[in-house]
Amino acid sequence: MDPLQRFAAGDLGAFEALFRQYQNEVYRWIVRIVRDRAAAEELTVETFWRLHKARARLDPAGNCPAWLRRVATNLAIDHLRHARPTEPLLAEPQDPSQSDCAEQAETRLAIRKALAELSPKLQVVVQLGLIEEEPYSCIAESLGISIGAVKLRMFRALGILRKKLQQQGIRP
Amino acid sequence: MTVERKHHEENEELEWISKSLRHAVPPLAATGLRRDLWPQMLERLNESQLRTAWHSRVSWLDWALLGVAAAAMLFFPALIPALLYHL
Repeated sequence: MDPLQRFAAGDLGAFEALFRQYQNEVYRWIVRIVRDRAAAEELTVETFWRLHKARARLDPAGNCPAWLRRVATNLAIDHLRHARPTEPLLAEPQDPSQSDCAEQAETRLAIRKALAELSPKLQVVVQLGLIEEEPYSCIAESLGISIGAVKLRMFRALGILRKKLQQQGIRP
Repeated sequence: MTVERKHHEENEELEWISKSLRHAVPPLAATGLRRDLWPQMLERLNESQLRTAWHSRVSWLDWALLGVAAAAMLFFPALIPALLYHL
């Protein structure tokens, strides 16, 4: 019997198997949205807790990773909603040789600030689509919207970013 | 400025923003879990089981009776000495 089927039947061992199988995938998805390791760990546990609570109405033939990704995305958006805009962004640029100029550093900072000020729904699309280069189909599935809607959000987000940067005198 | 040229400039600007974003906020694709989260999950499950057990030990009828008694004492304080006498 499949672990998801056994889990739906109330088997805790099957839940552990599912947890161990998908915890890293869920964590990596969340950390790319919230960009905070500790918060991502908490949200990963919360995602599986939701799965555990939903076991009675779970479709044993359903797509477990897709379900988890969708719940994880909603939780991450909720987190961004409450943790913004002071949330530190994880990781500095990896190539310092390209970024030691003060002007570039200032531009980088302004871009990061502008990104953090976007609404969580737009921020998620930009982070997953543009920065992490996830396929639009995957983003659409995790947000429960169409690919067209993802493209529209991306276009709107880039427009807002352009305006914010222009206001600060930052241009190409 | 023609409409076509304006569109072209806008697209170039958007392309620049995209590139700058990738540079300013580097991808985290290789970031993995540093520890197993199962113990944390198990703790969460145990907490919830304890809570459920406590709730299920006290039946809804007991809660209802307690509520009625509390409401009666609140609205008719004179009942308190009578109740205490009979206890």
